[in-house]
Amino acid sequence: MTIAAPSVPETGTRPRGAALEFIRQQPLGAVSLVIIVIMMFAGIFSPLVAPYDPLNIDFASILGAPSWEHWCGTDAYGRDICSRLIYGSRTALVIGFTSSFVGSSMGAVLGIASAYFGGKIDDWIQRFVDVLLAFPLIVLALVVVAAFRRFVVGGVDVNLILAIAIPIIPRVARVVRAAALSVRVMPYVDAARAAGYSHTRIIFRHMAPNVVAPYLIMLTAFIAQAILAEASLSFLGLGVTEPTAAWGLMLSGNAADFYREAPWMILFPGAMISLAVFAFNLFGDSLRDFLDPRFKV
Amino acid sequence: MEALTATRPQPAAASGALLEVEDLHVHFETSHGVVRAVEGLSFEIGRGEVVAIVGESGSGKSVTALAIMRLLPRLTGRTRGRVTFDGKQLLDLDDESMRELRGRDISMIFQEPMTSLNPLLTIGLQITEPLTIHLGMSDAQARARACELLSLVGIPDPESRLDQYPHQFSGGMRQRVMIAIGLACNPKLIIADEPTTALDVTIQAQILELMKDLSRRLNIALIVITHNLGVVARYADRVIVMYAARMVEQGEAEAVFHRPRHPYSMGLLRSVPRLDRPRGSRLETIEGLVPNLANAPPGCRFAPRCPFRIEICAQEPSLFLTDTGALSRCHRHAEIAENKIAWAAADAGTLAVAAEHGAPLLSVKNLTKHFPVRGKLAKKGAVVRAVEDVSFSIYPGETLGLVGESGCGKTTVGRLILRLEQPTAGEIAFEGTNLLTATAGEMQTIRRKIQVIFQDPYSSLNPRMTVRQIIGEPLHVYKLAPTRKAADERVGQLLSQVGLRPELGERYPHQLSGGQRQRVGIARALAMEPSFIVCDEAVSALDVSIQGQIINLLEDLQRRLGLAYLFIAHDLAVVRHISMRVVVMYFGRVMEVADRDTIYREPLHPYTKVLLDAAPVPDPTVEKARAPRLIKGELPSHMAPPTGCVFNTRCPIASQECRETIPPLEEKRPGHYAACIKI
Repeated sequence: MTIAAPSVPETGTRPRGAALEFIRQQPLGAVSLVIIVIMMFAGIFSPLVAPYDPLNIDFASILGAPSWEHWCGTDAYGRDICSRLIYGSRTALVIGFTSSFVGSSMGAVLGIASAYFGGKIDDWIQRFVDVLLAFPLIVLALVVVAAFRRFVVGGVDVNLILAIAIPIIPRVARVVRAAALSVRVMPYVDAARAAGYSHTRIIFRHMAPNVVAPYLIMLTAFIAQAILAEASLSFLGLGVTEPTAAWGLMLSGNAADFYREAPWMILFPGAMISLAVFAFNLFGDSLRDFLDPRFKV
Repeated sequence: MEALTATRPQPAAASGALLEVEDLHVHFETSHGVVRAVEGLSFEIGRGEVVAIVGESGSGKSVTALAIMRLLPRLTGRTRGRVTFDGKQLLDLDDESMRELRGRDISMIFQEPMTSLNPLLTIGLQITEPLTIHLGMSDAQARARACELLSLVGIPDPESRLDQYPHQFSGGMRQRVMIAIGLACNPKLIIADEPTTALDVTIQAQILELMKDLSRRLNIALIVITHNLGVVARYADRVIVMYAARMVEQGEAEAVFHRPRHPYSMGLLRSVPRLDRPRGSRLETIEGLVPNLANAPPGCRFAPRCPFRIEICAQEPSLFLTDTGALSRCHRHAEIAENKIAWAAADAGTLAVAAEHGAPLLSVKNLTKHFPVRGKLAKKGAVVRAVEDVSFSIYPGETLGLVGESGCGKTTVGRLILRLEQPTAGEIAFEGTNLLTATAGEMQTIRRKIQVIFQDPYSSLNPRMTVRQIIGEPLHVYKLAPTRKAADERVGQLLSQVGLRPELGERYPHQLSGGQRQRVGIARALAMEPSFIVCDEAVSALDVSIQGQIINLLEDLQRRLGLAYLFIAHDLAVVRHISMRVVVMYFGRVMEVADRDTIYREPLHPYTKVLLDAAPVPDPTVEKARAPRLIKGELPSHMAPPTGCVFNTRCPIASQECRETIPPLEEKRPGHYAACIKI
């Protein structure tokens, strides 16, 4: 089949403002970006945005339905759910985003290296990945949390981030390796090797940009998983602990006991997790298309 | 064959046209606007006639075939016009009747035999499927017919092969199976879209002979779509030349080839290197690029590239009847007929000859590469002998051609020299340094001097980098330019050196045409200031008119920069044009080495003779006069290599001795080496 190649403009159009261009090309991605930005804003400026102190226990308004005073109602201790959600976005972003980013990036580098070097190195990396994959995400996270000392920097539990990031590594490594294997045999990689470029240069300059699509998809998908994993670990007493405001914790705590009397206790944190996951996934998709020069005219 | 002819009561007697295409238009709606892929195409095909549609990529030839079959994407493709087949209006038929027609009365053969068969179904099932669906045969009847079809297309032992899967067949065999499926229901018309493009020369010759023979014997009309003028000359009764969505010329094959009446056909025929003519010093080319169909120029489509352009060419030419009985879409066809205008001969230039032999730039000695066979069924230590005991030298400023069919190891040789693969044994020396024992530091300097140009201009450039980044990268890595500004200037310089405008630097590879991309690939190689370039099928993916431009560019660069090339290719005519000496490889071994003129004029090795015989020549008179000397059989399997001479399984003069001794490469005449004990 030889259908005429799509039209080629006479002069290459350079996007004037990358942000403006993104909005024009990816309106849906722009909407999700707005949601993410709002969440980040809420996370960073929680004390200014939140109407109440998220830890403030008020026995006068236990299990209060959503009202003008408490937009999202109150929980079993009379704490304002809306404020807790706002503070919770801080936890979600720090733990969820960071661990997914760290895990996916390390996985991607490992996956590309595995595909690029091949042979024995590939075999060893893949067997290591096999071992890690044998454990369910949460079990592996438990092992990591238990094995390392609690290590807190600036109020952030680095240990917890690593615990969630490490199980993500093999999963991303596997997928990225598959994509990298097909890039590995492309003549432009051979051309780079024939030019005598360093391994680092070939991996980061020539291969990595061409496996960015699966990487971004995995990254955004694992943000959701990381938020859920954080919730599970918190539930088991190994992650974020009460009374810290965290979406997962709000879902998994005693909320389940009161789902008849106070459904808003599950509804709003659940909605927030879904919204965050949805926004990150959508944004990842549009970013992938936006970064691909082939989608540009 | 009795049964086959019996099912077709009136074999000869062409009564009226079988297929009539009138004013066919095909438009595609894309995000870049409407692309007019075919415009106002009209032609007729009689029963049993063989018509070739020739054109470069994007000319609309494949789209025409798909439009006739009504296989275009429903959402974006718009077809207008009239297609009458055997009295039926194809474009007005409902889907159900059209489906019945497809595969029964019209069948189609595609280019890629590797992917057009379903790998999970047996061959037998795939051949009997149309029989049971369209002709309502019982399973036993269908199987008998399938057997008959396989023997018709020359597959030995059909009964047992019916139960095999596609992967058990070679490329040529698969294409035969595709033809068998195409023939299954006694179609009146077969449309073959580049049927032999993916095949080797010797296999191509077999398939072409088979299709021509079948069409004549079974009175099947054949539309062959191809870009290869040699194939057209071998096949066609009539030729349709398409350019930028329009038919520019149509006529009897002899007329179009010998007395073309459209400047495009004239130019196209001139730009192919030919085996049957003395080698010119420089290839003739058609300058410029095929226009973009989304906003095509008004008037004659070819005018921007046409050397005979005059004022009237701004107006759309209609199809004129010329003196040869052909139709030409050119205002000046009469002047062409009177020989008043003709293409100027390309500037003579100097005929490149083999350089005076000093010290070789690169020498390869006893190079061997075995690939270990992986997989559960493989025996331990089993290897594929991709390259076996290959030796040759290349001198500064020389072009050494390396020819052979697919799987002969020619690409592996290139990759070994580039050190993309580690040789199993042997020696590669560049400027006296052995590459296999060189230190990392030495290797770093040598790498820069040995560069490569790949076959596929689509995948050899990183899609995420702009042209400027691609060409500028080596300058940056090797600090060949002191400042950023100097690097940018050098990139501009390199771009103009390969005939591209410097503004193209900001584009991404997908925004360029195939020829432009190949030029970028060349500029990237030149950025390192190499003295030796491996050209791995560097022009085989390009259109004929572009191919000539790139070859001329390579030759110009060689003259100006004193480059040496290893030119790896399967096209004998192209290799003859560009090379000074030629190495012929078969199944991992060197069969013959000689200088260009000797090897083409008086080949010694039987394999070289076979190769030269099989290559089609773009001239119907020559093709008709040539007795089809076909080589039997196919490449042996790498899993079970032949003993003795690797060519003995297909060699016309092989004897028992050939199965026992491996012939050494010997100097049979001064400077002419061959590996054959019979010479």
